[in-house]
Amino acid sequence: MRREDKSLTRRQFIKRAAGTAGFLAALSSPLALALNQVKASDSSSESASAKEKIRAWCMVIDLKKCEGCVTIDASPQCTQACIKGHFVPKGQEWIQVYEAELPGGGSFFMPTPCYHCENAPCVNVCPVAATYHTKDGIVLIDQRRCIGCRFCIAACPYHRRFFNWGTPQQPPEALFAEYSPETQVPAIKGTVMKCDFCPDMMRKGKLPYCASGCPMKAIYMGDLNEDVASNGVDVVQLSQFLDRNNAFRHKEDLGTQPRVYYLPGHGQSFGRTPDDSREFKNPEWSWGGEDYERRPSVWPWDKTDKWTWEAQLK
Amino acid sequence: MRSRAEDYSQRLTRISLAPLTQTTRGFQLFVLALLAVIAWGAYAYIVQLRYGLLATGMNNTVSWGFYIFNFVFWIGVSHVGALISAILRLTHAGWRTPITRMGELVTISALMIGASMIFIDLGRPDRVLNLIWYGRFQSPLIWDLIGVTTYLVGSVVYLFLPSIPDFAFMRDRLKRGASTLKLKIYTYLAVGWTGTPEQRERLDRASHIMTVMIIPVAISVHTVVSFVFAMTLRPGWDATALAPNFVIGALFSGIGAVLVVMAAFRKFYHLEEYITKRHFRNMSYLLLVLLFAYFYFVLTEYLTVGYKLRIEELHLFTLLLLGKNALWFWSFFISAFVIPVFLILFPKGPIIPRLAVAGILVNAGMWIKRFVIVIPTLQVPLMPFEFGNYTPTWVEISIVAAGFAGFTLILAIFARIMPVMPFVEMTEEAETEASHQTGMLGRER
Repeated sequence: MRREDKSLTRRQFIKRAAGTAGFLAALSSPLALALNQVKASDSSSESASAKEKIRAWCMVIDLKKCEGCVTIDASPQCTQACIKGHFVPKGQEWIQVYEAELPGGGSFFMPTPCYHCENAPCVNVCPVAATYHTKDGIVLIDQRRCIGCRFCIAACPYHRRFFNWGTPQQPPEALFAEYSPETQVPAIKGTVMKCDFCPDMMRKGKLPYCASGCPMKAIYMGDLNEDVASNGVDVVQLSQFLDRNNAFRHKEDLGTQPRVYYLPGHGQSFGRTPDDSREFKNPEWSWGGEDYERRPSVWPWDKTDKWTWEAQLK
Repeated sequence: MRSRAEDYSQRLTRISLAPLTQTTRGFQLFVLALLAVIAWGAYAYIVQLRYGLLATGMNNTVSWGFYIFNFVFWIGVSHVGALISAILRLTHAGWRTPITRMGELVTISALMIGASMIFIDLGRPDRVLNLIWYGRFQSPLIWDLIGVTTYLVGSVVYLFLPSIPDFAFMRDRLKRGASTLKLKIYTYLAVGWTGTPEQRERLDRASHIMTVMIIPVAISVHTVVSFVFAMTLRPGWDATALAPNFVIGALFSGIGAVLVVMAAFRKFYHLEEYITKRHFRNMSYLLLVLLFAYFYFVLTEYLTVGYKLRIEELHLFTLLLLGKNALWFWSFFISAFVIPVFLILFPKGPIIPRLAVAGILVNAGMWIKRFVIVIPTLQVPLMPFEFGNYTPTWVEISIVAAGFAGFTLILAIFARIMPVMPFVEMTEEAETEASHQTGMLGRER
């Protein structure tokens, strides 16, 4: 009798063992699909904008007008405005201006926000749907859900994502803001951040910080559905504007379908030549200490770099 | 003839059970040393929890580092259990019996360490349950999670099934005296095994099902690990052949790891009679085949990229072969390929230390190779900026060292609660062989 009992448990066990692999795989797929219905987004703003039309936000950057702010002897004002408006943690440049080479040896300046790709590699790989497309085609990050695996950083072919490695350095007023994925303020330690196209500003009919901050009016924001774009001064018909100015998208061949277009140029509208020798200035933060990127050394007993952990905890 | 077989089985039983009953001073010191390394690693992890991943050398350019490539390394090592137990079983390689359990033990220990590396790498370990609440099946990371857990569960079952007769033997042995707790544990683990023909048939069938099932599971695990890299648009990772490359590399390093573990158990557990030169020689043939297979994959990987030299691939190529990672790349090449080939093909010196050294070198080389796969790709600039930099900090090094100590400790603990060889199965095999021989002799007469 006792043996009967035992053989029953063993049989159950063997059955379970043999079925485990298939069971796990079969179970997980519908579960994940069901869970995906719960999208990470701000529900209040969603319902408020339910009656509005669906936008397809995009950005056009006229490189003929972008001279890297070297002619006004300043750090790039788009980056600077973004830092100020978003309280961007020290060390991150959500819109970053790169100096890229031209074939003849000269250079041009290329402001790079997040490209808000339609086929976004970062959205595809996120394991928890913390980064997602809004209905307006903007790629946002919900830092309350992000687990900090940094898969999206590895997947982004444009290097447009930043991680809060330590406690993000922000001014004190940032801490009083109410968090939303549309503003990403206050920044949360151990999560990923990036340019968000300022959807809250655009809903109010304002340009994003970078576009309004650009003294050369090189940055246009537009709506592909309504076929219109504006830099705050001019209003253009988007499709014709792109065609007549030979617009291109960065790394078009990757098939990521970026929502950011460039009009080729090297700042000629403001008299900059490709071999201009005036120096590009790095952006500055009005807050934060010098230790924002300090790492401990290879050896725990090495004190030569005057690394102080306590400075990181502020 | 018969008395010799009995002698054999008694000796086998004594030697197999010795490590379970006696603890030597050396073993205690060894475990203490391992615990010290693990404690230091735990301290490093607490530092990391407190200050965030800022305590590591990773940055926005090189956003994955030591943890991820050690994850790949350990998952690679874990492959060997499936190979030895399942593939050799399916091909009826009779010599495999004494080393199957070691292979499975290596698998389970390596999987545990590998899986923990992923969680240590998270910026928000407090939100790890989001993977379950909000998990998206579209993400390769979720494939990893499912693959690794399935393989771990499958391997535990596959370790457990052939051990049932051993547990039953120990249960019966313990009935005469011994503590009740031990008796309870072994009675539970033996699941009422008495060795009736019906039970034997069922166990046999279950083992067969697991044998067939564990192979695709094992292959899928390292395939999805490679997909974490292959699903990105980065030089060196964006490759069709990355999945088979990872699988072959995993088997290669796994065989190396088992050679080392075999040599260690043989020496410290006095298994000279059972794990013979023949096992080492056969394993070295397997190692050689996989060495050439992996060399083939590495060759095609770099040749197809190096011939065309797309700009990002060119950056990576120069970085690897001539640039600041050249030291790593070439030490991988020499450590994993060149020296082991000589050690296997040119029989100079005693075979067992020679092959153990080959196993260590292969694993050191493959560890470096995982570094070479993960880090240089991330150093390649995707936008017009400088190459990225990465230097691990003491925090990362301590945690990775604790991983190695943890692997050894898990192995040691397993070896304390169950015999490292399936000795009941081996005894039965010896008896059948003996009776087979006497039968043959009788017929001849």
